[in-house]
Amino acid sequence: MAEIQETIARLFPEATFEEGDILTVGIDDAKWHALARTLRDDEALGFDYLITIVGMDWVEKMGCVYYLQNTRTQARIAVKVATADRENPMLHSVFDLWAIAGIYEREVYDFFGIIFIGNPDMRRLFLSIDWKGYPLRKDYDANPELNPASTDNERQSDFTDTYVEESDGKIVKKEERVFEPDDFVVNIGPQHPATHGVLRFRTAVDGETIKKIDVYMGYIHRGVEKICESLTYPQTLHFMDRLDYFSAHPYHHCLCMTIEKAAGIEISRRAQVIRVLMDELSRIASHCLFIGTFCMDLGATTMLFYTLRVREQILDIMEKTCGARMTFNYECIGGVMQDLAPDFVKDVKALLAVLPANLKEYDKIFTGNVITRNRMEGVGMLSHDDAISWSVTGPSGRASGWACDIRKTNPYSIYSELDFEEVVRHEGDSMARFKVRMDEIVQSAKIIEQLIDNIPDGEYCVKVPKVLKLPVGHWFQTVEGCRGTFGVYLESDGTTNPFRLKLVPPSLTAAAVVDHITRGKKIADLITIGGSLDYIVPDMDR
Amino acid sequence: MFDFSLLTNWIHSALSSFMPQWLTVTTECVLIGVVLLLTYSVLALFYIWFERKVCAAFQCRLGPNRVGPMGLLQSVADMFKILIKELISLNHTDKFLFALAPYLVILASMLAFAVLPWGNGLQIIDFNIGIFFLIAVSSIGVLGILLAGWSSNNKFTLIGALRSGAQMVSYELSIGLSVLTMVCFAGTMSVGGIVEQQKDLWFIFSGHIPAIIAFIIYLIAGTAETNRGPFDLPEAESELTAGYHTEYSGIHFGFFYLAEYLNLFIVSGVATLLFFGGWMPLHFPGWDTFNMIMDYIPSVVWFIAKAIAISFIIIWFKWTFPRLRIDQMLALEWKYLLPINLFNLVLMVLIVVYGIHF
Amino acid sequence: MEVTTKSMPYEAWKDNEYIESLVKELQDSGANIVVGSLDKLINWGRSNSIWPLTFATSCCGIEFVSLGAARYDMARFGWEVARASPRQADFIMVAGTIVHRMAPVLRRLYDQLAEPKYVIACGACAVSGGPFKKSYHVVMGVDQIIPVDVYLPGCPPRPEAMIYAIMQLSRKIKVERFFGGVNRQEKQQEFLASHPIEGVND
Repeated sequence: MAEIQETIARLFPEATFEEGDILTVGIDDAKWHALARTLRDDEALGFDYLITIVGMDWVEKMGCVYYLQNTRTQARIAVKVATADRENPMLHSVFDLWAIAGIYEREVYDFFGIIFIGNPDMRRLFLSIDWKGYPLRKDYDANPELNPASTDNERQSDFTDTYVEESDGKIVKKEERVFEPDDFVVNIGPQHPATHGVLRFRTAVDGETIKKIDVYMGYIHRGVEKICESLTYPQTLHFMDRLDYFSAHPYHHCLCMTIEKAAGIEISRRAQVIRVLMDELSRIASHCLFIGTFCMDLGATTMLFYTLRVREQILDIMEKTCGARMTFNYECIGGVMQDLAPDFVKDVKALLAVLPANLKEYDKIFTGNVITRNRMEGVGMLSHDDAISWSVTGPSGRASGWACDIRKTNPYSIYSELDFEEVVRHEGDSMARFKVRMDEIVQSAKIIEQLIDNIPDGEYCVKVPKVLKLPVGHWFQTVEGCRGTFGVYLESDGTTNPFRLKLVPPSLTAAAVVDHITRGKKIADLITIGGSLDYIVPDMDR
Repeated sequence: MFDFSLLTNWIHSALSSFMPQWLTVTTECVLIGVVLLLTYSVLALFYIWFERKVCAAFQCRLGPNRVGPMGLLQSVADMFKILIKELISLNHTDKFLFALAPYLVILASMLAFAVLPWGNGLQIIDFNIGIFFLIAVSSIGVLGILLAGWSSNNKFTLIGALRSGAQMVSYELSIGLSVLTMVCFAGTMSVGGIVEQQKDLWFIFSGHIPAIIAFIIYLIAGTAETNRGPFDLPEAESELTAGYHTEYSGIHFGFFYLAEYLNLFIVSGVATLLFFGGWMPLHFPGWDTFNMIMDYIPSVVWFIAKAIAISFIIIWFKWTFPRLRIDQMLALEWKYLLPINLFNLVLMVLIVVYGIHF
Repeated sequence: MEVTTKSMPYEAWKDNEYIESLVKELQDSGANIVVGSLDKLINWGRSNSIWPLTFATSCCGIEFVSLGAARYDMARFGWEVARASPRQADFIMVAGTIVHRMAPVLRRLYDQLAEPKYVIACGACAVSGGPFKKSYHVVMGVDQIIPVDVYLPGCPPRPEAMIYAIMQLSRKIKVERFFGGVNRQEKQQEFLASHPIEGVND
């Protein structure tokens, strides 16, 4: 950490440093792009993975916090860039360095109105173009009459804005076409069986071949981050169930860990073990459902019913302990809500006993099928470097040869003590993404096997004050959700509710990369690729 | 074996005893039409129920079981519902063609019914080019689908229709060639003649290797011809919502829905006719007692049971395999099935010429 | 008149008063025997063949998938024919949160459904906004956009609850009238008249 600080201080003497859980560098917007380039390209630094861009409104200033990671040393760094101009805030884009920044910056623009100079596509991301105001600003006018729920068709434009800095430093707004004038544009979604929810692709096709895809999000944008700012810390937890409803446990786990880290709460070993068990069980359930829905997208409906059989069994286990089938709200600050159900161990063992036979059956029906192989092999190639540049984490990233499992790279909870392998494949196609998930089920089962007989005794939840006040500061925590890296950025101003709670969903990047890997492919491949990336729309929209 | 021509002849003579010739023919035509329509709808309803039950069995479910015994009335309820559902008329479409398309589709499958050998002497027309007629009318269906896709003025339906067009035109070739192989073996195009030839042994046994190859190709091509999985690209639900019939509602959609199942029956029926002896019972030369017992089962039952058995295989395909991609599907036809088929035809000719068959 | 469905005793239903009020309304308006029995036949067909539209926005949609799977198997009732095209479906199960951006899409889907069409508001979000009541972008209940026939609370509702809701819908269809269209038809027209949208007839 100290070396990184030295290197940066030598190159950029005006940079300020702030110690925290992660080294935070403060820099002026004028120098930001140069610093970003150094951070990425310098041999010693090599921060090639942009985890997220957190848009911030510090009332007197506006700006962003960039979280970066080096994918070889797993070192992390945060960079704070701010501007005092509230009327017309502008920052420089890093779109040319990290491809995913294009979408991240659109998100910040949508919520805070910060314009990024050099980003080729400065449209709103989640809200419609007629939306008034920027909702995550502290001075946002939430009067529902300003933005009423309307049933009139949404206005849409074929043009996008881009802000270019000319040689004399003047910033010019330019309008550009999204599609060519004579493109045949097919609108896929938001109500379409294969988009896994309400995602919308405007797809320019040439016959059956895809020329370009314009992704529209926000059809289930619920404004969770804004609601959280008005709730107390324990109240914010239950939203984690409703983002990626398949990885409710890991998401809960992440937010709980962030708050516990901030408040300095140590939780018992028993609670740790229970949390990890629940995480891995939900990973199995989630991957099972992925296999089912993916096969259904490819037309093999029957597989869905076979995989749901295992999922129902896991849901039974969850239901006995947590009392719900999907929205568990089980992990709480200080541990877990209730103790394990009496026959938890017995049920989990029964599950582990049937799992191998089921996996074998899936392989027999689906994976070995010649039609399946033709549909999946070599379709939707995502190279290792592209995966990092687009921040495609989780099983999809690992299928491209990027070892990005947070459980291994930045271990949390008790994962560092457990014996399991990180599944990495190098083909980078849809088949690899499918197989990584199949193998991860085996690894998750292995983790559960290690823990199920050694659940330590002790209290399942430590005493935590009902009204929790966090000290002033900011914290960042990531976990390995079922679909990739899920992160929570928490900034507190010392009161009972968060000043800013930013959620970093893995699905957003998976949906953003669709355009990149479908160009020149067939329409049917879009379904394969979309299915294999396995995004959850409420997760990306929040 | 009961010969249904006794019955039909009796009706004919009874009618003509008190009616002039032209009136007799008209009455008979009307009668046949009514019977045909009834069979048509009953079969379609049965098939819908059958598919739902079979699919449920594959998916470890129960399938319809609340409406009527074993859910048998489920498809009847569905039909009542579809009949009185609103017919949505769309703006900016070619209204005439839009309304015409479902009728074309249903007409094509209905015409094919005319030459199917339902039972001993139970066939509407048995003319000397019956097989040719069958292939000809089954190609009309694609016209309806193309019209439906185009006249809906919707991008999804258009893609679905064009896919369907490409698919049907390609696979028609395979169907035609595998049928030709069997016609070559039978030496006649008359449906009655083909059935009669299989009196001692079904073609699938007597024609051995080339007949089996032809059957497999026919089954694949037939599945593609009926737009069913794994060849259901024209209505691929996860890609094109409902494909060419996305914009159809009410009974117009019902027609497409019924026609899909009836085409399934027709494809299986033709397979039965060409490979499994039509209404002929299972006979083996020399097994006299066995043959006699088989004769006790009525011919209509034989035909329908065989057709349903083949349909079961096609349904099995659908609920097992993932869908092909359009280029893979066309490659399968033009690169594999067509050469194999041509080779198979030559093989069959050689077998017929040298008489190396049972 | 006891309106119920197969294998469900009348006493087991929770809200018989509501259905009884509908029955009373039906009887008061009177009908002759021929039309009445034709209505019975049509309602038998309609109430036994309710095809859902494949529509889901979030968590509830996954429970709807579970509803189709082996354990809950909605195919038993004949509801498994989920149509992807709204023209061919009978009801929308509004499974999940509806946000401002989705509202026009939902309304359009509803308009695209062929008559008779029904709506089940499934889950707390669709009923009232649910846990997202404070949000700036969530529609507080889909009944602001489209007329709702059955409200189904829960977050998400269990598949058993979904079966109950669709059976309730089936019961409601049974007390409808095809000729004359009393009961819900009129109310639906009223609703649509009070919630006009621009650009429908383009």
